[in-house]
Order: sequence, then C-alpha cells, then structure tokens
Amino acid sequence: MYRYDEFDHQLVNERVAQFRDQVSRRLTGELSEDEFKPLRLMNGLYLQLHAYMLRVAIPYGTLSSRQLHKLAEIGRTYDKGYGHFTTRQNLQYNWPKLKDVPDLLAELASVEMHAIQTSGNCIRNVTSDQYAGVAADEIEDPRIVSEIIRQWSTFHPEFSYLPRKFKIAVCATPDDRAAIRVHDIGIQVVRNDAGEIGYEIYVGGGLGRTPMIGKKLIDFVPKVDLLAYLESVMRVYNMHGRRDNMYKSRIKILVHEIGAEDMRRQVDAEFAEVRKAGHLVLPVEEIARIESYFAAPAYETLPAVSPEFEAAKAADKGFADWARANLAAHRVPGYAIVNISLKPIGGTPGDCSSDQMDVVADLADMFSMGEIRVTHEQNLTLAYVRQKDLHALYQALEANGLGTANIGLITDQIACPGLDYCALANARSIPIAQRISERFQDLERQHHIGELKINTSGCINACGHHHVGHIGILGVDKKGVEYYQVTIGGAADQKTAVGDIVGPAFTEGEIVDAVETIVETYLDIRKDGERFIDTYRRVGVEPFKETLYATH
Amino acid sequence: MAQHSRKGAQFQAVTASLLVEGLVVYLTRDNRWSESLQDAEVAEGKEAGEALLARAQPFVANNVVIDTYLFEVEPGEKGLVASSVREQIRQAGPTVRLDLGKQAELG
Repeated sequence: MYRYDEFDHQLVNERVAQFRDQVSRRLTGELSEDEFKPLRLMNGLYLQLHAYMLRVAIPYGTLSSRQLHKLAEIGRTYDKGYGHFTTRQNLQYNWPKLKDVPDLLAELASVEMHAIQTSGNCIRNVTSDQYAGVAADEIEDPRIVSEIIRQWSTFHPEFSYLPRKFKIAVCATPDDRAAIRVHDIGIQVVRNDAGEIGYEIYVGGGLGRTPMIGKKLIDFVPKVDLLAYLESVMRVYNMHGRRDNMYKSRIKILVHEIGAEDMRRQVDAEFAEVRKAGHLVLPVEEIARIESYFAAPAYETLPAVSPEFEAAKAADKGFADWARANLAAHRVPGYAIVNISLKPIGGTPGDCSSDQMDVVADLADMFSMGEIRVTHEQNLTLAYVRQKDLHALYQALEANGLGTANIGLITDQIACPGLDYCALANARSIPIAQRISERFQDLERQHHIGELKINTSGCINACGHHHVGHIGILGVDKKGVEYYQVTIGGAADQKTAVGDIVGPAFTEGEIVDAVETIVETYLDIRKDGERFIDTYRRVGVEPFKETLYATH
Repeated sequence: MAQHSRKGAQFQAVTASLLVEGLVVYLTRDNRWSESLQDAEVAEGKEAGEALLARAQPFVANNVVIDTYLFEVEPGEKGLVASSVREQIRQAGPTVRLDLGKQAELG
C-alpha cells in the first residue's frame, strides 16, 4: 500500500502543530467559537449530540495492520473503547475531548493518518472499491488513481473553499462496489478499443435532500489528462455552483439546472484551456511510482480448489455458512477475498470495539499481508487470504464476535449513527436496523430471501444512503416523535436508481412489520432466480403499496 | 443558533456543551452548569425563557460552554423530563449503548 513521502509527513505534522495552536488559542479564549468552528471542521472535529466527534480519514478504505492497531489504541486512550466505520470508509470516534484532540492527531500522524478532508467544503477523502487489486474482472487497481487524486486534492488552494463539500469515488470493475453514480464525481476505470486504460467520468450524482444520479460527461479521459479533466470540472463548479443557498450548492444542482449538455460544453472548454497550459499532464514516471505501491503481493502458487477448505466446510456448518455469504472470488487461484461483517445480529452497523480492531489487525498480519479494507457498506475486508487458512481465520473471527455470516443478506444493513449520536438527525437509525436484524436473524430465511439491501438514514442528509437501498428507510420528526418513511427500488450499483416512496410514514412500532410485509410480498410474487431488486424492477411499487396499506 | 423548543412551550430549560469536554450540561438555579437535567432551572413562559437564555451568555463569552439553546421540558412525578426524543437522548446517552453517557454515569 502507499507509504508517505517526506512531503506527506511534513504536511500532516505541520497540520497537527497548527491545530494544536488553534485549540490552545480557543481554550484561552483568544479565538471565539465562531472563529474556531471552521478551523475544527477542517480537521474533522464536529460537535455532536453528546460530545465532540472526530472523523478520521481512511483514504480509499485501505489500512495497514499497524494503522488499525493505532486506531484501536486511540479508541481506548481518548474515547470509550470503540469506533464507528462510516459509509465513506472513514472511522468516527464519538467521545473525544477538545483538549485531547491535538495529541490524538499526533498519534494518528505517527502512522500516516489524519482527519484532513473529512469535513468542510473541500474535496473530501476519496473512496473506492474494497476489492481493489484482487477482483477478477478489474481493469486496474483503482487505488492508483485514488492516490493520485488524494495528492492532488489535499489542501488544493483553489478548491479549499468550494460552494459545498465534494466527494469523488473510483471503481475499476463492471460491478460498481463504490457507488460512483451517487458521488459528485464518479470515475470508472475503462479500457478503450486501442487497449489503453483511461477514465469514464460521471458528474453530478449525490444523495441528501435532492438525490440525483450522476450524468456521464465523457467516455474516455486518457491517464495523463485525468487531473486536467477533474480540475476543469472543479473550475466550472467553483465558478457557477451556488453559494447563496446551501441546499442548492452541490454540483448535482448545477448539472441538473444547466443540463449535462451545457455542463459538458463548459468542462470541455475549460479542459482545452487547462491542457493548453500543460501544467497538469501527469508524468508517466510519477504514475509508475504510485503504481508500484499497489503492485500485486507475492502470491503463492496454489491449487484453485483447496482440499483443506473443502474439508473444513464439510465438517463445520457454521464455517460453511460463513464461507457461503462472506467470501468473494479472488483473481489468484487458491486465494479468497474475505468480508468481515460488522453487522452482528442486533448490533450497531459499523461499530467495532478496540479489542476487535486489534484482533482484525493481528489476523491481517497472520493471513492477509497485513492489510485491511473498509467498505462503504460498513464492513471490513481482508483481500489476500489463502483458502487453506480460511477455517482458522473464521474461528478466530467467530471467537471475537466477528463471524457473522450475512454479507449481502437482509441483516447486512447500512445505518447512519442517527439520533443516538448525531446532532443533525431527526430520528434514530440504529435501533431500527437492530430490530430488523433481530426479526430476520434466521440464516436459512435470510438465504431464502437472498440479496436485499436495507439502508436507514436518520435525516434527509442521507448518510445512511436510504435513497439507494433496495429498501430505504428515512427517519423523520413529527412534532418531536420519530416516524419512518419507506422507499423501495433504490440501488447504488451499475444500475443506480433512487427508490420510490411507498406512501405515508410508519411509526417506530410499525416499521419492522412494514419491512416484513415488503419482504413477504416480494417472496409471494418473485419469479425463479429473481432478487428483490429484479422483482421490483419488473413489477414496480404498486404491489408493495397494496399490501403495505391494505388495512389502512 | 439551534432551535429545539417550540413556540408556545410552557416550561423551558437551557442546555449547552462544555467547551473543553463537549459534554451536555444544563444551566442551574444557582448559575452553574450541571450534567444532570434535574439541576436545571426551569423558566415558565416566553419572557422567562429568554431571560434564562440571556443568563447563559456570559458563560459563552468566558469560553465555558458553547451552543446554548432553550428546549422544552415537562415537570413530572420523577422530576424533569425533556419533551422531545432528541433532548431525552441528549440527556441520557445513546439508546443503543446504555453503558455510555449520563444514563451510565449519573445512574
């Protein structure tokens, strides 16, 4: 994985020193809260419902075991022994004290980590596919371009005060696991007819109050021109994005209002200018240098089918269940991609205790080249596990509450922190996810239902990606009481869609039954081989409305 | 500033977060900040509410607390209760982690 160079080290250490000084001046009163707030937000520090919250960047979701151990230690020392992995592949601490944050950031810096680009109106921490480098159908490791974007965007002076935050995601396989079409810019790594690798660019996607699906602006940007093209998009947005109304300030609104055609014309004009200047041609040597950090590790030559793996599955049903749900095909024979579920039945999606972080870090050292990935669906991935080691890995995970066998199933839900932690939330998300998880905990039933993504957000800002859940749940506040609005038919993959609202919102007491009614309706009307989303796409929202509101 | 009360609320208290720790506190009858809602001064009516909020301002100026605002409370048999779910959770802690927050620390 990428290692900091001297500039990265200097930049992060200087930032820690600056923030230490700013905190000190705030505590003495030299800075008022109005002066300090934008500074703390530029360092990922929010004030939430119960305490401050620090959001730590995990660029494109890749962590070393050393970094994960450090996150565990910080959780114990400065927080309450746990952290929360988010839908942007970041980690949030829920209870740090302001006076401790400079020390906390210094600890992060000691393992090449920070909280830069996790807040504020800048280009945020870039996200990518958790199967980067190991998916069989991948064109190129998407972390190469992600790292280039990280280096270009960090503290970019022109893009530090954008109209609003700006999120970029990168994917390099036909199956989109990074939800690129609901990002401000989505980058699909592609190969053209000449066999050259380049980038297809989507612009203007996003969730929140006004969900939009990104529009494809261009089919192919050559590698050397990527930053020139991105800079051109950013300039058009920076010039024309609205600053008078925060609800209309994202690039999705600009693209929607002027249309993809006009956006493309303006970006093309800017692109021509940027290329004329020639500053942003990516040096081939620099691309090669960054590529070398993501070179494939030294794989062993192994048989495609591991007898040890097959024997263990036959002997241990729990392991067989886990292997069925949590493994993905690896590009190298004899290896597997392992997904570690952070969705235990009745647990908090994305929460991980410091002890569990240490366990995962140790297991990554033992079985997966010391590397861990965080997924935007709030799970963890080990990308380089020999099939013959899978049983030992599973047993260690299971012994530490990390062996839940539910990846891609109905209990593998996304949920934002909601009103249990978040100052912006209108309703709780986590307890809803927990009760749905408990209702559907029978594994046989989960497999009978098949792939079904339930996403819950506690407010319209949609951190829980409810718009693109196959079943989406949005918490709303009605006179101080929580209600839940349901959408169905959303998807965040290569067929990205925003779900349809089924009808009036449900009470907290009704919502789990409503989800079960939707699921039972699907089971009644599905055809052979249809997933929930396939059935929905065939029949639409009406059959679900009928069963949901039949008694109302 | 956040608005978490409602127009016409009869009883209100003032809450804030401690600058240094970020923890939730309430303005008390004797002009301190307490982590317990039960210590909070209750203002009846709009004018008394505004006066109570004004009493919090020197603490903002002196960098003791941040983000002060009024919220609706209801006097009950077992003491003061926040009216909204939001303020109830702020007063107690996460409903999904009963081992954390004031519900764990204050008993």
